[in-house]
Amino acid sequence: MALLEVRELAVSFGGVVALDHVSFSVEADQVVGLIGPNGAGKTTLFNIITRVYKPGAGAVLFDGTPVTRLAPHEVIRHGVARTFQNLALFRSMTVLDNVMVGDHIRTRSGWLASSVPMPAAMNAESASRKRALEVLDFVGLAARASHPVATLPFGTQKRVELARALVSKPRLLLLDEPAGGISHEEVDGMSRLLRRVHTELGVTMLLVEHHMGFVMGISDRVVVLDFGKKIAEGNPSEVQRNPAVIEAYLGAA
Amino acid sequence: MQEFLQQIVSGIASGGIFASLALALVLIYNAMGLVNFAQGEMAMLATFIAFTLVDHGVSYWIAFPVTLVVAFAGGILVQRIVIRPVERAPILTLVIVTLGLATLVNGVAGFIFGYVPRSFPSPFSAQTVNLLGAFVSYRDLGVIGVSTVVLLLIYLLLQRTTIGLTMRAAAHHPEASRLLGVHVSWMLALGWGLASAVGAVSGIMVAPILLLEPNMMQTIIIYAFAAAVLGGIESPLGAVVGGLIVGVTVNLAGAYIPFVGGDLQLAVALAIIITVLVIKPNGLFGRPSVRRV
Repeated sequence: MALLEVRELAVSFGGVVALDHVSFSVEADQVVGLIGPNGAGKTTLFNIITRVYKPGAGAVLFDGTPVTRLAPHEVIRHGVARTFQNLALFRSMTVLDNVMVGDHIRTRSGWLASSVPMPAAMNAESASRKRALEVLDFVGLAARASHPVATLPFGTQKRVELARALVSKPRLLLLDEPAGGISHEEVDGMSRLLRRVHTELGVTMLLVEHHMGFVMGISDRVVVLDFGKKIAEGNPSEVQRNPAVIEAYLGAA
Repeated sequence: MQEFLQQIVSGIASGGIFASLALALVLIYNAMGLVNFAQGEMAMLATFIAFTLVDHGVSYWIAFPVTLVVAFAGGILVQRIVIRPVERAPILTLVIVTLGLATLVNGVAGFIFGYVPRSFPSPFSAQTVNLLGAFVSYRDLGVIGVSTVVLLLIYLLLQRTTIGLTMRAAAHHPEASRLLGVHVSWMLALGWGLASAVGAVSGIMVAPILLLEPNMMQTIIIYAFAAAVLGGIESPLGAVVGGLIVGVTVNLAGAYIPFVGGDLQLAVALAIIITVLVIKPNGLFGRPSVRRV
């Protein structure tokens, strides 16, 4: 069974069809790239999987469970974490605090117990701090742990957001343009980092990306959307040769 | 010099009271961008609960924590029942709702307890002790001590526990918090509960000084606004520092500026609010809000 299965998913906003009966699946341990011109419905798809939007029709199954049955805050408990195109960090907090928010679902020792600033809660807090530091070390930001996150360069903030997603030990990671808006050297670094996330941490990934070299280099399979419809799917070299894909990106010859 | 020191110490004591109520305002402002105009009235009602307990022979040091727990639960109930249905309404609607809540709580307290001012016990003696040449009352020292402990506990909760961290996260970025598994709505309720409990501390501390009656907090809330605005309405630390500055300033102005006396102290607080809003709208610890366009 596929880890993530998207079935006949459709949604429209007003009269605009954002997704038009899209189906595909992500097998466990795969890296799947989701590409398509702007407005193709990629981020919308992420927003449906993470319960920001409700689908008009169709279903999303994660490990056999329909995600539409989950409350938004329950999605991550089932093992789905994500990053955002324009970052959604807690800007007034330090790098470490940002990552620790991601960890909180693992520390939950009960509502009241963790709200009393007593030794038990403080111990749980320091265990959480330790896990957060380990993940920051993994993404190469341990030295920046106490920096206010807003003062860091955009590319570094992206790695903070990745660490925040990873600390919850997700089984599926949704990455919304991990290489978007960062410098050329940082793109290579991000690519290497994500490869390590896949091989060393065994996380399955679905990533939206415009940077073709990046997405073709890292993905096992690529799904192409255009105007809300799936127009192609296959391994990177098949997709790159697909006439429908070339037409969607370059226009008809 | 001796009198000056005494004025400073009693200013710090009032400052602790203002700081507690200001912190309550900041907690809710942070959680939902709203000034809770009912905060003072909620504190007054909690103080009446403490009064009733003590009046029935319960020891002060048992009545005090019990009242805080009741106030905490009451704050959560108010958020769930009154605020939650209008959570997404425009800010003006929310402001009117909290004003209505203030009037309602005030009326209910008047209905149940009447408007006759009652003397509220203080566990600290009114006697003075010689502290570095200044004669300071145990009462002032007690208020300073209690406020310090409460503010310290809130600081530890917000900065040193996971639940405090997620509360801050939910307040800063509700959408992202939700996707990280934070139960945002309950965090808001928790914020209301906490604010209500901290506010209750200010009510219980001020009641022995002012006499307890339903309108008791109406001047205190102005001082608390001044403190919160001065500190930067988003900053808990600012609320505490602002509270102390307002307490000391108002006290010194009352003692040393002849025309201020005891009557115009509230005007000093209002002057602080206006001055801060004109000169430094973000307060001492607030960050200017810059938005990328």
